[in-house]
Order: sequence, then C-alpha cells, then structure tokens
Amino acid sequence: MAEDDIILSELSDDELVLQMHDDLYDGLKEEIEEGVGILLERGWTPYDVLTKALVAGMTIVGADFRDGILFVPEVLLAANAMKGGMFILKPLLAETGAPRMGKMVIGTVKGDIHDIGKNLVGMMMEGAGFEVLDLGINNSVEKYLAALESEQPDILGMSALLTTTMPYMKVVIDTLKEKGMREDYIVLVGGAPLNEEFSRAIGADAYCRDAAVAVETAKAFVARKHNQLGA
Amino acid sequence: MTPDDATLTEAGLEPTHHGRILLIACGALAHEVLALKRLNHWDHLDLQCLPANLHLWPDRIPAAVEAAVEKHRDAYASVFVLYADCGTGGQLFEKCKKLGVEMLQGPHCYSFFEGNEDFAAKAETEFTAFYLTDFLVRQFDAFVWRPMGLDRHPELRDMYFGNYTKLVYQAQTDDPALDLKAQDCARRLGLAYERRLTGYGDLARELAVVAAG
Repeated sequence: MAEDDIILSELSDDELVLQMHDDLYDGLKEEIEEGVGILLERGWTPYDVLTKALVAGMTIVGADFRDGILFVPEVLLAANAMKGGMFILKPLLAETGAPRMGKMVIGTVKGDIHDIGKNLVGMMMEGAGFEVLDLGINNSVEKYLAALESEQPDILGMSALLTTTMPYMKVVIDTLKEKGMREDYIVLVGGAPLNEEFSRAIGADAYCRDAAVAVETAKAFVARKHNQLGA
Repeated sequence: MTPDDATLTEAGLEPTHHGRILLIACGALAHEVLALKRLNHWDHLDLQCLPANLHLWPDRIPAAVEAAVEKHRDAYASVFVLYADCGTGGQLFEKCKKLGVEMLQGPHCYSFFEGNEDFAAKAETEFTAFYLTDFLVRQFDAFVWRPMGLDRHPELRDMYFGNYTKLVYQAQTDDPALDLKAQDCARRLGLAYERRLTGYGDLARELAVVAAG
C-alpha cells in the first residue's frame, strides 16, 4: 500500500463524504461501495447516504460536464460508481421509507437504441427520490401507453439521440392528445439533437438538456401539479 | 492535392479560389468530393472543408458553416453546403435557409452514401447497426476510440455499444486494406461485421446537379 493511500474508514464523516465526492468524480466504484458501507455502519440513514454522498457528488460531476470540464467517458465512469452505491442503497431505501417525489416512466423512442443519457436521467431521478420505471430502448407508442396506463406515473420521459428518431416523440404526444390523456402527465424530453424549440413544437412540457436539469425540471413540475391539485 | 486525414480532421481545407461555385463541406468528405471533381472534370467547383471533428460537437456546425458562407460568398457565383443534417436537429437546415444556400438532403453521410431512400427503407430493421465510411475507418481512433475514452477505459465499451449488433462498413472505394481495418474496428467494438460497397451514393447525384447549375 502506498503511503498516501487514504483509509476511508479512518476519515471523519465530513471528510469521508468529501472523499466520496472525489471518488465519484474519479469514477472509483469500489471506493464508493466501501464508503456507502462505512456510512451505513456508522448509523447514517440510507436516504442521507444517497443524497449527501452520492447525489451531491454526481451534481458536481453534472455541473462540470455542463461546463465542458468533464466529458462523456468521465461521466459514465462516475455514473457507474454511483450505480454501485445505489445497488447497496436501493433495497434499504425501500425498507426505510425514504421520501417519494413522484413516479416517472422513461424510455428511448422507437428506432433508437441509445440509452446513455436516458440511463443517467433515470439514475439521477431515483437519487432525487423519484420512482423510475425504465422501459429501455426502441419503445413504440403502444409500449409507452401501456406503461402509462399500468403505472400511472406523474412524468413521462422520452429520449432520442438521432435526428431521424426524435420526431417519434411527437407521435407519442399526439396519441396522448387523441386519447385525452395528454394533460394527465408531465412530458419531459431530452437527447443530443433536441432543443427547447423542438420540445415546444411537439407539445412536450419541457426539454431537459442534461440529467441535472431533468431532475430540477421534474421537481418543479411535480410541485406545481401538487399545488394545483391542492388548490 | 488532398491533405492528410489528420489535417482534414483538425483544420479542414482552404479553398483554392479557382471556380465559380464554392462547395463548403465536412472534412470527412474531402477525398470523395475531390475524387468526383477529378472524375467528372468539375473544374468550376472549388472546395472548402471545415474540420471533420466538428462532428464531435454537432451544435457547432451551423455557426461554422455560416462563418464560411459569409466569408467566401462574395467571391463565388454560388455556394453549396455539403453537409446533411449531421446531428444538428434541423438547425443547419434553418441556418442554410436563412443564408439562402442549398445543402445536402438526408440525415447524415451514412444515409446519403447508401442513398437516402434505401437507407430510410432499412431504418426499421437496421437501427442496431453502427456505420463507418472510408474516412471513419481510417480515422477510427480519432473519431470513435479516443473521444469515447475507450483508449483509457475499455471497460466502457459495452455501455456505449451494448445495444448495437453489427458494424456496417459503407465502402466508398474498393480497398482491401480498409476492409481489413474495418473488420478490426468491428472486433474491437465486439460487433459482427458487414461490408457494403456504396460508392458515393447520393453525394455523386447531388453534386452532379450542383455542377450543372
């Protein structure tokens, strides 16, 4: 062992959380798993470990990605590390009744197999307290509708990487309108070739340029929806 | 003389200022456009290439095309943009419309090399294919392997390519060495391999129309 190796278990809680932010940034999955285990052993709630160590760390990663400091490979490594931590926390979160923000059905549209952005959004949404049903890739309008009807989510998220597949989002939204279901769901869209103008043109509620924006947008829309229902 | 691929990737190609029609192209098309010019004696077409690596940031393409059009348009009778949509989500089309210049039809070079109609017809069955052209086979490391971080983190390969099933090499030229290199690209990505000789496809057809104009 090198002299400057950090022993995670010897760090104070505050130091360990900061170290975990660094380890997430560097995509160190094993270290993240170890850190999660240590915090749980010290009596942290799974929800606190998730939000203060993992989500806060990924928020830094997201900000540096947005600012052009980090690039896709580094974000993927960080996401992979966070996934390792989430794998430990997820069953514990279910047991301990962490706060629920809402529910989201998410999937990549028909004809499109690209799922990196969608997976990141799903993971960050889970980290923010949303229940996420991931439909995977290549989803037809029928598959989206079936999931909406069976799951009754607050949010429908659609992703596309290709110029050729992004118009399919409009097919889904138009079908929702035809069936009188459009107003039942918050529709968020994302993907590299999309923009706000496209989102407006197809009748989505919002375009989310990255996972962090998706989380903030989802929170804002869900709060508004709840306020409307409560009014 | 065509510059080397590294120059076309990073810097592009300046026009020669000979000819009355300026083609503003992606650097990845330089070899093909110059070959078509030679074959057809289109001496009235001049070629400027923007750096091919703009494709790593498609949102930068419209502004780069606009700057090139504005810089050179007064010196030519007309300008034609040799880009398809290329991941700009319609932004390049809107930009060209605003500038009053025409551009290639189709979503990207994979489509127009194969022929836009043929490519669209295969969309339902071939959306799990990863495409490479002659240029991209030669520049595989610069455009795929390194930007995706696979040189440093090969473990990320399946996060990127796990949903793909095959690599289709759309060959513009019949070059056994490129065929071998493309096969090796498929092996490195863990994908099945298919070679398809497309030639220049709709690029040749559209350029012929431009040249006749």
